[in-house]
Amino acid sequence: MEAYFDNSATTAPCCEAVKAVADAMTNCWGNPSSLHRSGNAAKELLDSSRESIAKCLSVTPEEIFFTSGGTESNNLAVMGAAYQMRRMGRRIVSTAVEHSSIDETLDKLAEEGFEVIKLRVDSYGRINERELYSAVNSNTILITMMLVNNEVGTIMPVQAAKRAAMAARSPAIIHCDAVQAFGKMPVKPVSLGVDLMTVSSHKIHGPKGVGAIYIRKGVKIKPRTFGGEQEKKIRPGTEAMPAIAGFAAAARALPDPQRELEHIRMLRDYMVEKLMELDEIVINSPPDALPYVTNISVLGIKSEPMLNFLSERGICVSSGSACSKGKKSHVLMQMGLDRRRLDSPLRISFSRYTTVQEVDALIQGIAEGKKVIRAVK
Amino acid sequence: MKEVILIKNGELALKGLNRRTFEDMLVKNMRRRLESAGKFNFTIAQSTIVAEPMDEFADFDEAVSRIEKIFGIAGFSRAAAVEKDMETILRSAEEYLAPQLLGIRSFKVEAKRSDKKFPLTSPEICRETGGYLLRKFPHLVVDVHNPDLIVTVEVRDNYAYIHGTQLKGAGGMPTGSAGRAAILISGGIDSPVAAYMMAKRGLELIAIHFASPPYTSERAEQKVHSLLKQVSKYSGRITLYVVPFTETQEQIKDNCPEDIFTVIMRRMMMRVSQIIAQREHAGALITGESVGQVASQTMPAIACTDAVCEMPVFRPLIGMDKDEVVAISRKIDTFDISILPYEDCCTVFTPKHPKTRPTLDYVEKCEQALEVDRLVKEAVEGTRFIHINAY
Repeated sequence: MEAYFDNSATTAPCCEAVKAVADAMTNCWGNPSSLHRSGNAAKELLDSSRESIAKCLSVTPEEIFFTSGGTESNNLAVMGAAYQMRRMGRRIVSTAVEHSSIDETLDKLAEEGFEVIKLRVDSYGRINERELYSAVNSNTILITMMLVNNEVGTIMPVQAAKRAAMAARSPAIIHCDAVQAFGKMPVKPVSLGVDLMTVSSHKIHGPKGVGAIYIRKGVKIKPRTFGGEQEKKIRPGTEAMPAIAGFAAAARALPDPQRELEHIRMLRDYMVEKLMELDEIVINSPPDALPYVTNISVLGIKSEPMLNFLSERGICVSSGSACSKGKKSHVLMQMGLDRRRLDSPLRISFSRYTTVQEVDALIQGIAEGKKVIRAVK
Repeated sequence: MKEVILIKNGELALKGLNRRTFEDMLVKNMRRRLESAGKFNFTIAQSTIVAEPMDEFADFDEAVSRIEKIFGIAGFSRAAAVEKDMETILRSAEEYLAPQLLGIRSFKVEAKRSDKKFPLTSPEICRETGGYLLRKFPHLVVDVHNPDLIVTVEVRDNYAYIHGTQLKGAGGMPTGSAGRAAILISGGIDSPVAAYMMAKRGLELIAIHFASPPYTSERAEQKVHSLLKQVSKYSGRITLYVVPFTETQEQIKDNCPEDIFTVIMRRMMMRVSQIIAQREHAGALITGESVGQVASQTMPAIACTDAVCEMPVFRPLIGMDKDEVVAISRKIDTFDISILPYEDCCTVFTPKHPKTRPTLDYVEKCEQALEVDRLVKEAVEGTRFIHINAY
């Protein structure tokens, strides 16, 4: 059977999204900036799409800016905020387990003279809130933190960022990478106290190549691209209408995250229980992780053969990292896992389409793989 | 005025009575390689092959870039083929070479006259052409010792050919002129380079790859396809044989001491490869080994590997440093494919502390735990093949 457990990498587009993309390409292909009928129709579609995304985040449409996806939004947020604030201070506080689109952007800023602090994490990928408070000083201009970790599902205390900034009397802009959380748990920038937030379409069953950044009203960041009035000059370039319409349709099709979460939690608990019946399996995710993502290690069996073995049976999981020879997951390394666990991680990520039958097939696949694949010492 | 490619064959000219055979082989290779670039006609005269596009659909630039990579060619030029009349030659030279002449300062003219009925002698052609070009391009000077461009006028049987400085060809011998051999390819940096080097010496290639699913993935095999596709731009079509190797590797892992895994694995590979090579009429094996590069490539380890080989094993990289190999792999555009991070058959059960000086006695003793004949037979029987061609 086909069983897909790599929803943290990408999700299957929902029919609503597919229909919206096709519809935008067939019936509404105008340029939203054109001042004729065709352009007007496209503009209307753009506006209503923006409203749909805004509604999901409980913010106003004027605060939503479309981009090409999570990586671009993250780059724009971090660089845009840092350059905007560079006269106010030079410290940026983040964590050691961010997605590479944050992590590598921070490294670039560090090269340019910003003082970047990446907070350490414990063996469950959690930061220590006290360390956050002491890292943020009055010189801090940006705090960026993911809401849900993409490899282990750890939920980060994002709401503490605002409090830390206030306590330190820092003017910091707060950014949150919510790519793995959006649509899977209630995500409200306002109650989290963040100024900027990244969301992506293809993680919520929408098309690839589109995402958005929330910019709280009154907050200014510097754009990274130039050459047009689109998206209020924050992200110029003709809007990717089919993708944007698909993104909005996928967002409208999202079930109530809270109710869905209970279903996913049951499925996760069932899977963990079954996994525990096999030996030599450790769960790397914390018990209170977002249940959509579970990271495990099958001790003694390297990720790649297990992944190939499962793939042969139609079961898709990932090794969490970029599946590169000799290159271990930076998140798991930051968590301080031993070599045996670092060699053998599997990331199992659910979506609302995941079924019990699929989970059973996965468990059976792992059990068989454990028997067949020769262990390494 | 018609544009053609003039091809000068390299070492071929030295091969005495065999020359004709070699030339025919080169033309056959070129014909095959240019087939999908359009209709070209080939004629041979006085150790020059002329490739002439037959209609306007022939992709001339593509043909030039393909010819650049065909072994057995010392040099080649894009040339204008014109009527054998001095007036026409002069005007065509001006028109055809203008883009090149405008970008340089000095030139000289060389002339070759194989049609002795042509009224002007070679020095006269040079003089006329040089003088004419100097008048038309006043910024130029003549420099016979170190010119930026050598303008050549060749007066041959049917046409006069005008071209600039000759370009360097790929060198070597025409593919197939030295027979056929089998390259053992894993997916690393070395084997494609070894394949390229032996193809350059005129060997037609077949390739043998060992796949060990689930330890190795489909992507690892795809990577080998991409590598061979790149090599085939030089060597021509390659047939790849993919050998199922999982059981052999697992048996070695289960039954042999860890420090000797790699040597035993390589001996098994050689055994299987020889059978496939013989079946496909290949006369030698080729590997990308270089002395001392890794534990299985020390002299004693190679000796143990070779002990099972009955046919010659060519190791063109044997005395090369890694950076020399990398330089070639960059030149032939295989480097970026080679470094893709997929596990290959050679790294599956890499021992922590491999024996660098295995003795044949020890290896043979360890091997007794394996059903060598059965494993080899099954691996050969399970082998599938696929044709790989860049064009």
